[in-house]
Amino acid sequence: MVRREIQRFCIYTLFLTILVLPMVGMRGPEFEARRAFTVLSVLVGVLLLTTVFRLLRETSFYRNLGQRIRQRRDRALGKIQVLPRPVALGSLFFLLALFPFAANNYVIDVAITVLIYVTLGLGLNVVVGLAGLLDLGYIAFYAVGAYTYSLLNLHYGIPFWFALPFGVVIGSLCGCIIGYPTLKMRGDYLAIVTLGFGEIIRLVLNNWDNLTKGPNGLLGMDKPKLILPSFSDGGLSWTVVPLKSLPSLYFVILAVALLTVIAVHRLNNSRIGRAWIAIREDETAAELTGIPTTLLKLLAYALGAVFAAVAGAFFAAKLSYTNPNFFVFLESCVVLSIVVLGGMGSIPGIILGALALIAIPELFRELASYRMLAFGGAMTVMMVLKPEGFIPATRRKRELHEEELESEEAADE
Amino acid sequence: MSLRLEKVSMQFGGLVALRDLDLEIPEGVIISLIGPNGAGKTTVFNLITGVYRPTEGTIHYNGHRLNGLPPHKIIALGIARTFQNIRLFKNMTALENVQVGMHCRTQSGAIRALFKTRFERAEEQRIRKRAQEILQELGIDRYQDEYAGNLPYGEQRRLEIARALATDPKILLLDEPAAGMNPKETEDLMQLILSLRNKGLTIFLVEHDMKVVMGISDRIAVLDHGQKIAEGPPRAIQQDERVIEAYLGRRHTTTGSIS
Repeated sequence: MVRREIQRFCIYTLFLTILVLPMVGMRGPEFEARRAFTVLSVLVGVLLLTTVFRLLRETSFYRNLGQRIRQRRDRALGKIQVLPRPVALGSLFFLLALFPFAANNYVIDVAITVLIYVTLGLGLNVVVGLAGLLDLGYIAFYAVGAYTYSLLNLHYGIPFWFALPFGVVIGSLCGCIIGYPTLKMRGDYLAIVTLGFGEIIRLVLNNWDNLTKGPNGLLGMDKPKLILPSFSDGGLSWTVVPLKSLPSLYFVILAVALLTVIAVHRLNNSRIGRAWIAIREDETAAELTGIPTTLLKLLAYALGAVFAAVAGAFFAAKLSYTNPNFFVFLESCVVLSIVVLGGMGSIPGIILGALALIAIPELFRELASYRMLAFGGAMTVMMVLKPEGFIPATRRKRELHEEELESEEAADE
Repeated sequence: MSLRLEKVSMQFGGLVALRDLDLEIPEGVIISLIGPNGAGKTTVFNLITGVYRPTEGTIHYNGHRLNGLPPHKIIALGIARTFQNIRLFKNMTALENVQVGMHCRTQSGAIRALFKTRFERAEEQRIRKRAQEILQELGIDRYQDEYAGNLPYGEQRRLEIARALATDPKILLLDEPAAGMNPKETEDLMQLILSLRNKGLTIFLVEHDMKVVMGISDRIAVLDHGQKIAEGPPRAIQQDERVIEAYLGRRHTTTGSIS
């Protein structure tokens, strides 16, 4: 063990030296030794720390540490679970409902964004987490939703709530369009095709000037309106209230996110959900157990796309503005990261993931360009230490920690 | 109601895996397919269940032509199978595995699930109850909430059968169900297969364990190099010169242990 680590350290050091000295040191014809060796020593230092960390991880101290932390956590979680579920969920909802009264507009704005990403994450979770189809172009459906509402509203004056069903239908159609050619593909190939599809949608939006005004984007859509009862003039009357203020939008989007949570939860625990998980586990075996895999994979794409389209429509309505650059590949990555980081297939995990990836970077907005660096670093650390995500679905945890579980079980006996 | 293979051939590129196979599987019997490794036994299963499409010949079941049907439709017609190398959904519980098997006999779709209609709830309840019954029948109900991958090996084989039974088949294709089992487990398995037959199921068995094959089969067909070299009741097969030759390469007779 120790020997292997030292060997590895030496090989990597050699590798770094060969790479770094010429690449950093050669400035024109001269060799800047000081510069080169500074960079090299930093890198080797990091390498040394990693090696020490890896060696430490093998010692009994670290192992016991992990176990102790796990025990503490389990005990803490046990206490939380003493609260009956309806009470816990009820109080959580209560807090969410009161939230806008205690926060300023900026915070509410961030909260709305988080909620939109929760919806997106849960939608993608249907495709990636349940059916196991890696989708790198998911944000395209978000764009479809946003543009459907924007175009219908601007050209035909269709109000938000009537445009929403169109968005849903067109979104699910697009889901099928991307789904159909990819049905026979698995793994890497699927990822590449979906990635291409995402870019195609963005490029079409970017270049179809007559319809979408290209990179300038579309401006001036109506806000959604709600019909609310009012008791002002002594009697009950109904007034149409446009959702102009951020808190009112927050409530509507909170409702959308909650509906998505319920929908995904129900799908997860249904005949269809089971079939999806079976497909993820072993597609051939699923087909040979009587599951129409093609149909169900299409369904996963279509339903996932529906959630994204709804989120997109709200996004466009909130800003009254949309442009193709909102829907770049990076956004797909962020949504996928939310799903993976939070814990595939786990609803609370994805909510936490959205909070972590959307809200926390907002907190560090002043650090501007270092934000992405920290983001990437945090992702890497997370994937090394806890690949199953913050709150893993029990299944996923099993998949990723199979060996550990087995050794623990062996130790228990 | 029988399954009939007529002049079925299967080629993979230049390799002929199966040549002109004629086989009839009547209702309510246990029929075994045996042969040395690579004789094409699993290929037969894959052809019947639609994993492959035969290069030549036809497969008929109960008036339906199976050639070119997708596997899930064939399963829905009442043909279920297990796998040589266990292919359970490892990260689903034993109960869920069986529940997945009931997919083709139930109908609640996404819309019903989203609105949790009365129909959907009743059906979910029925699925759960029936799945529990099946687990009980196979004597593995104590593993109900255990992940399939955690079950002991022999029980995993049983769970595969349970999942296949959940599709409510008329014919059950078992691909080496006794592989890796100890004598006790094998004995239990034989009892299970017999009891399934007695309930009216047709069993089509691919198996290497001659004790199982000779002990429970009503008929045996022997494949060698993709061709059927013999077919008949166990006693006749045991004494068939060509079968013995295929297995041992030369003449050598010992009753009941040509493995």
